[in-house]
Amino acid sequence: MSLDYVKFSPGFDKFMPKEYRDMVEHGPFGKKVTVSQMGSFKEILEEHPMCAGCAMTLFIRLAMISFPNPEDTITVGTAGCGRLAISQAAIPFVYGNYGDQSAVASGLSRGLRLRFGDKPKDVVVMAGDGGMADIGFSMTLHSWFRKERFTTIMLDNEVYGNTGGQESGMTNKGQVLKMAPLGKKFEKMDMVGMAKLAGCAYVATVVPNNPRRVESVIKKAVLVAREIGPTYIQAYTSCNIEYSIPTDKVMEDAKNVENDRYQFSEHLTEEAKHYLATRYGFKEYLPKPATATALPQA
Amino acid sequence: MSNPLEPEVKTNPQGDPITSVEPEQKTNPQGDPITSAAPIKVGGSSKDPHEGAKKQRVVTPEYMFFEAPRKREFITGSEAAKEAVRRSNVDFSVAYPITPQSETMQLIGVLYGEGYVKEYYRGEEEYGVMSAIAGGSRAGVRCFTATAGPGTLRGIEPIASWPGHRLPAVAMFTCRVVNAPLAIQPDNIEISYLLNCGMIVFHAENQQDLFDFIMKGFIIGEKNDVTLPVGVACDGFFVTHARNYVDMQEKGIKLPPRQAWKGAVPVLDAENPPARLSRDAPVQKSNFMAYNIHAVWQQEVWAAVERSRRYIEQYMGGLCAPDNVEGAEALIVASGSAAAQSREAIRLCKDQGVTVGFIKIRSLRPFPTRELRQLCAKAKLIVVPEFNYVGWLAKDVATAIYGYSNAKIVAGPHVYGGMSMPVEMIVDEVVGGLTGKKSIAVPDSAIMGRDVNQAEVAHFMQNI
Repeated sequence: MSLDYVKFSPGFDKFMPKEYRDMVEHGPFGKKVTVSQMGSFKEILEEHPMCAGCAMTLFIRLAMISFPNPEDTITVGTAGCGRLAISQAAIPFVYGNYGDQSAVASGLSRGLRLRFGDKPKDVVVMAGDGGMADIGFSMTLHSWFRKERFTTIMLDNEVYGNTGGQESGMTNKGQVLKMAPLGKKFEKMDMVGMAKLAGCAYVATVVPNNPRRVESVIKKAVLVAREIGPTYIQAYTSCNIEYSIPTDKVMEDAKNVENDRYQFSEHLTEEAKHYLATRYGFKEYLPKPATATALPQA
Repeated sequence: MSNPLEPEVKTNPQGDPITSVEPEQKTNPQGDPITSAAPIKVGGSSKDPHEGAKKQRVVTPEYMFFEAPRKREFITGSEAAKEAVRRSNVDFSVAYPITPQSETMQLIGVLYGEGYVKEYYRGEEEYGVMSAIAGGSRAGVRCFTATAGPGTLRGIEPIASWPGHRLPAVAMFTCRVVNAPLAIQPDNIEISYLLNCGMIVFHAENQQDLFDFIMKGFIIGEKNDVTLPVGVACDGFFVTHARNYVDMQEKGIKLPPRQAWKGAVPVLDAENPPARLSRDAPVQKSNFMAYNIHAVWQQEVWAAVERSRRYIEQYMGGLCAPDNVEGAEALIVASGSAAAQSREAIRLCKDQGVTVGFIKIRSLRPFPTRELRQLCAKAKLIVVPEFNYVGWLAKDVATAIYGYSNAKIVAGPHVYGGMSMPVEMIVDEVVGGLTGKKSIAVPDSAIMGRDVNQAEVAHFMQNI
C-alpha cells in the first residue's frame, strides 16, 4: 500500500506539479539507490532553506538516500536547523514539541507495530545536539533503556545553530559561544558512551565527508532497529556560520575534526551482527569459520 | 493468649492484622458484592490470561451507550476509569504515577496484562508520556492516559499541541493542588490551564460520569469533523478514591476500534500522503511560515471544538443538565464535585423554603454558552461554587451570559488546597445573595460585577 501513496491516481498525473511527477518517476521509492548514484535520480530532499556550505544538509541528504525503505520511513525531529531541511523532504516528518522526539518516536513505532505487525515501518529520529543531549536528554536515554526499536541520529554541530549560536552540552570545553562568554566550563557530553551503557544494539560516529560510510552506518542502524533494539548514530555536522568556517573549507574542517575527536567508530552487539549477517547478508559479520585457515593447507 | 477456637489472625511485620487479602468476596457497606476487584488467584492456572479480552465483541456506540443492559456496581473512580477503558477498545496507554491518579494507570496496566489494552508502558515523566501519546495517536491507534496536578502542568506543552496536531486521544485529569506549597490535596485549578488548549474538556461529577465520559470521549473525539483530544477531568480523591454506584455494561462488549483513515488529518503511517502540517509549503515550512497559516489552523481547531457540540448532545444528553430552573428564586451553576455538593445544598434550601434551580455543566469546552443564555435569562441570582481559588467557572459563566441576563453572579463559595466544601457554605451564599444578609464567606466568593464591599470584607476578616 505505501508505495501506492506516492503514485498518482489514474488520470491525475498530468495535473500534478513537475516536482511531484519527477519524484514519482525518478525518485528513490521502491528502488535501491546508492549515494554513488547521486545526480542520476530525484532525491527525497532537494530544496531547503539551509545556509550555503551547510554540512548538516549534506549529511541529511546522504542519510535520506541511505534509508532502506524510504517509502515506509517516518522521521521525527524537533526545533533546530535540521528540521528546516528534514521537513522539506518527500517523506512524512513529525515536528512535535521541544525535545520530545524520542518519546514521540516511542509511541509512533509502537503504534505502527500494532497496526502493521512485522511489515517494516522505519521510525528515524533526527535532531540536533541541543534537542537530544540537553532538552530531550531524559527522553533520549529512556528510549534507549526501554529498548525502543527506532533509530536515533544526532546532527551534532556542537552549538545551538538555529537560535543563533549558544553553547550546548555537546560543545567542546573551553569554546567561547553565546551563553558561554568565558568559554564552556565542562566537557562535551559522552552520548556515545551513554548509548552503549544504555544498551543500544548499534552505535556509530561518523562525519559527512565519506558518503559511502554514511550510507553504510545509516542502513545498518535502521535495519537493526527494526527487530533488535535501539540504534544511535552521532554525526559531526559542523555549523559553518557560528564556527566561522569558510564554505569552501567545510569538508576540510570535517576531515580535521574527524582526525581530532570524531574518528569513525562502530559498535554492534553480537545479536545485531548475527541479524545483519543472516537477514541482510552483511558478509563482514558472518561468523569466521574456525577451521577455515586449515583448509588451504590441506 | 489466643483462643485456639478462633481463627488465626494474620499480621504484618508491625503486628497489625492483615485484612486486605481476605479470600472471601468483598462487599460494600450495604452488603452488595464488589465484583470489579480482581479475584484472589488460587493455585496455578493454565488459563489464557487474554481469554476474556479475546472473547470481547464489538458493538456500536449507540448500543453500548443507550441499549446495552447495565449492572450496578459499587466501585471507586479509578476502577470506573479502568472499566471504561476495558470497554473502549484502547490500543495504547502510557502510565506515570502521581497522586491521586496512580491507581488509575496501574489498573490500566492490569488491563494490559489481561489483553484488553494492547500496548502499555511506564513512561519517564509526564512530558515523555504526553509526547508518546502524541506519537501513538499519530500512528493511528486509540490512546489513553491519565495524570494529575503537577503532572498535568509538566505535560501541558505536549498536551496543548495535541489539538493542533488533531490527535483524538483521551486523557483523564484527576485534579489536585499544583502550586507551592506543594500538596496532594483536591483542587481543580489545573482545569483552568486546560480550557485554552483547544481540546474538548469534560468535568465528571462522580464515578458514573467518569465511566461514561471516558467512553463517549473516544467516540466524540474521533468523529471526522471533530478529530480532537478529549480531557476528562474529575476532582481527585472525591471521585478517584471514593466508592459510588456505577451502572456498567457487561465486560464482553467493546466500542468499535479507531479507524485511523477517518480522521480530519492523515495519520503518519506512510500509507497516506503526509499530514500537511509538517511537510507542505507554507505550513510550518520553516521560520518563514506565514502568520496566517498558524492563524487559520487555530481557527479550524476551535471550529472543530464547536462542531463537537452536536455529538455531545447526541451521546451525553447535552453540554449541561438543567434541573428545576423555571421559577426558581436562585440558580446554582456547578461542575464536578461542586455539582454533587450543590445538590445537597439545594435540598437544604428547599427545607428553608427557598427554591433553587440547578445547572450542572458537563462540558467546559465547548462551553454551553447558548444554553446558559437561555436558562439564565430570567435569573436574579446565580451562585457558582468551585473547588479552586480563581473561580474559572464563574468567569466563564459571567462571560457567557453578559448582556443576556441581569442576574447577580456570586463567584463562590471557593474552597482550595484540600478544603472540603460544606454544603452550608453554598446555602449561605444563596441565602446571603437573596436577602443581602452578610455571608460568612464573602471574600471567598467575590461578587462579580460589583465593587468590593469593604464592610463585608471586614466582617469576614473579624470572623476568621
